[in-house]
Amino acid sequence: MSAGLAASYDVAVIGAGPAGLAAATTCANAGCATVLFDEGAMPGGQIYRSIEDTPLRERSVLGESYWRGRTLVESFRASGARYIAGATVWSLTRDREIGVSFDGGSALTYAKRVILCTGALERPFPIPGWTLPGVMTVGAAQTLLKSSGLVASGKTTLAGCGPLLWLLAAQYLRAHAKLEAILDTTARENRAHALPHALPFLFSSYVADGIALMREVKRQVRVISGVTSLRALGDRKVSAVAYRTGGEEKTLEVDNLFLHQGLIPNVNLAMAAGIAHRWDEAQLCWVPELDRDGNSNLEGVAIAGDGAGIAGGEAARWRGVLAGVAAVRAIGGNVASGDEQRARKELARTLRGRGFLDALYRPARNFRIPEGDTIVCRCEEVTAHEISATVALGCPGPNQMKAFLRCGMGPCQGRLCGVTVTELIAAARGVSPREIGYYRLRPPVKPITVAELAALPKSEAAIKAVTRS
Amino acid sequence: MFARLPPEAGDAVTLSIDGKACTARTNDTVAAALLASGLDHCRTTGVSGAPRAPYCMMGVCFDCLVTIDGIGNRQACLVPVREGMRVEVQRGKRELGR
Repeated sequence: MSAGLAASYDVAVIGAGPAGLAAATTCANAGCATVLFDEGAMPGGQIYRSIEDTPLRERSVLGESYWRGRTLVESFRASGARYIAGATVWSLTRDREIGVSFDGGSALTYAKRVILCTGALERPFPIPGWTLPGVMTVGAAQTLLKSSGLVASGKTTLAGCGPLLWLLAAQYLRAHAKLEAILDTTARENRAHALPHALPFLFSSYVADGIALMREVKRQVRVISGVTSLRALGDRKVSAVAYRTGGEEKTLEVDNLFLHQGLIPNVNLAMAAGIAHRWDEAQLCWVPELDRDGNSNLEGVAIAGDGAGIAGGEAARWRGVLAGVAAVRAIGGNVASGDEQRARKELARTLRGRGFLDALYRPARNFRIPEGDTIVCRCEEVTAHEISATVALGCPGPNQMKAFLRCGMGPCQGRLCGVTVTELIAAARGVSPREIGYYRLRPPVKPITVAELAALPKSEAAIKAVTRS
Repeated sequence: MFARLPPEAGDAVTLSIDGKACTARTNDTVAAALLASGLDHCRTTGVSGAPRAPYCMMGVCFDCLVTIDGIGNRQACLVPVREGMRVEVQRGKRELGR
């Protein structure tokens, strides 16, 4: 159990996506004792998932943007950083003590610098029936494709908006998988709002790839645009999706419905550690408050990658380098200033055009703030109506809501309902989500057993704290 | 339902799902193996008994909780398959002692 974990490291990196790989590589190459913990079985995070062992032999299916991750993983493997796969970090304290579970047991370690690279998750997409078997996220379908070479059979429809939806559609088509339709929920008024951001977008790295991708998909699949409402229908599994365009509701038979409404930072570990976050009105999510190297309000703790605000895999890599450079220097090591300058330049380049994507794919209110008996908290099966009615009783915020309804208290710890509950309460009270705040998160940020906690080595101070003298 | 793209790479691994033998591939997580096997749900909820299947495949939604080798509440999407593994659909809350 937890064999071979040192009592302390110079740098601990959490998450093996592009940010984590780049950060850990930078630190290890500069001679720092570096450890990288990752929940996955293989390095790459979600974007480069299974890049070392995907069963897909045909490179064109996943596309070159995927395969670019290869060099990141190779550099990391060659860096000498300690890599612990299948490791869930469940606690990070202000003193940078890390609680981590792997190989069936838990261990504690300490690092002079911690770089959180816990990435993003898909924004909750609470529509009626989204808990039915057969409904899953676009990202989930992509994971099955990358890591197991699995594609949905039967009638498959994609619904929502955002770059990842188009990417998966293209990957499915290249793999000769069939798609019935794409229900595009991009709000028509978003185009006008995105227009002021169009110029930087035209000079961005997204434009050529993105437009080609959408053309490729639209040639082969029926795209129904201007969708303003969605309902997944079915008894014990999804059998149809009802959608509304221009006032009329129609239905499509489906065996699989894949949903996507963009990404939000995965804030659980950072918030539980005490890192300050603010509500970002452009991205409609909580983002940590960081300096330009990714440093947070917690001494020695930085965040890099999409966990620092959604900016994509390329930006994540350069943010990872910058956080790594800052960590190395903070503990007295050396990094060539050219490396830092290059990373800043590349980061600026990759951030160009992000404002356009944020405005164009801003999720419509109807898909963020549900009504009626639509389930909001999947774990505790709490509905939108119950939350609104509880606000009407005088419940002011998400933490009181937990006590009334148990929303956010299931095993996912609010990951799949947190932003929805905040926005629902804000809408019901007519104030900004900023004023409502978020669930108060606490360690362990993932469920671990009492047996695992009890088996942890105890310090003298911890024993004295509970012993009568 | 999910189908594998040819060629089916990776070695075959045999596990059991609710006692029935099932073949998976070395790269699979338990959740991928369950979906490939055609199983339509992997748990029922503790609140209403509703069926659920893997939703996020990245360890955040907890809808793929199953019992693996007698231990309940395992996230099927984070556990790689192993030869001889016993997977059971989790009905309601995790049982005491499992």
